[in-house]
Amino acid sequence: MPQLDFTTFAPQLFWLAVSFVVLYGLMRWLALPRVGQVIAGRREHLSRDLTRAADLKTEAEAALAAYQKTLADARAAAQAALRETSEKLAAEAAARQQQLSATLAAQVAAAEARIAAMKEQALADVRGIATEVGGAVVEKLIGASADAAKLRTAVEHAAERAW
Amino acid sequence: MIERIVPLHIGSVDISYTNSALLMTIAVALITLLLVAGTRRRAMVPSRLQSIAEMSYEFIAAMVDENIGHEGIEFFPLVFSIFMFVLFGNMLGLIPYSFTFTSHIIVTFALAVFVFLVATLVAFARHGIHFFSFFFPPGAPVFMAPILVPIEIVSYLSRPVSLSIRLFANMMAGHTMMAVFAGFTITLGLFGFFPIAINVALFALEVIVTALQAYVFTILTCLYLRDAVHLH
Repeated sequence: MPQLDFTTFAPQLFWLAVSFVVLYGLMRWLALPRVGQVIAGRREHLSRDLTRAADLKTEAEAALAAYQKTLADARAAAQAALRETSEKLAAEAAARQQQLSATLAAQVAAAEARIAAMKEQALADVRGIATEVGGAVVEKLIGASADAAKLRTAVEHAAERAW
Repeated sequence: MIERIVPLHIGSVDISYTNSALLMTIAVALITLLLVAGTRRRAMVPSRLQSIAEMSYEFIAAMVDENIGHEGIEFFPLVFSIFMFVLFGNMLGLIPYSFTFTSHIIVTFALAVFVFLVATLVAFARHGIHFFSFFFPPGAPVFMAPILVPIEIVSYLSRPVSLSIRLFANMMAGHTMMAVFAGFTITLGLFGFFPIAINVALFALEVIVTALQAYVFTILTCLYLRDAVHLH
């Protein structure tokens, strides 16, 4: 069995010691720090990217909220302006309406007064003419002029009966 | 078979550079190359070689962390070196005409004794004289001590033996079996097809065994170091 050939033990042990010490040194001070650095670097990079993504998300959400707030404010302002304007317009219109109807009422009243006066005048004129006509008719019929006071009374009566 | 490639002597001590030493050198070179060349570009998305380097790093780092604990990080380079050295020694031995230095009891025994000595020295450094309480399980009745203490001492001292023989026997048996079947192939002539088919299957099995034995050797190293750090 070659494994039990004692003469080979010394060279095997010597070179095992040399190789293992060299390997340990290379791993300890060269290879493992390198690999560890690469892994740690990746982990750090990933966590940094994740943090940045979270920050950006928060920022975007803030921007969205600000945008929505601005929009809501603008909408509220527009509605307030609209309401104010429509109220002003309505008030103006109402005032104008009132003024107009007052003017119209005054005009109507004046016209009515004028009509009543004219009617009165016309009626008075009618009675004068009737009295005159009656006097002429009586004079033609009986050849004598009738009493003016009696005539006026008779015309009054007739007028009363007519309306 | 040990072959002296470059005969060397210091006084009367033979330190010839043998095929075993050559394979050790190749293993050290390949491990270093894998880790250093693999991480050459320090890529965010690792290449295949860089993936292997990072996976072996994280595999051993996790093993050390789980078995020894956070203070085990100082043993990480040692455990990593042992794992890679044994793994590459086993695997390189699978190449035909090469040599498996882990199939020699003196190499595995030297490694096991080294692990044993490191663990024992760490235990003494950490716990001083209190280390000897390790040989008496806590909670056991005192009158059992005459039986328990010798058993514990024997089991502790047999650690390097079992650790080295497990690796050596697995490597020697597996690689010898493949050599035997390969020999059948030639003697059987035309029917040599069957031993070749068996050898293909055996090769797959041996690949698993090489990795598994490297893993076993390493995890036992971790467990011995855990005992050294935490005692019980």
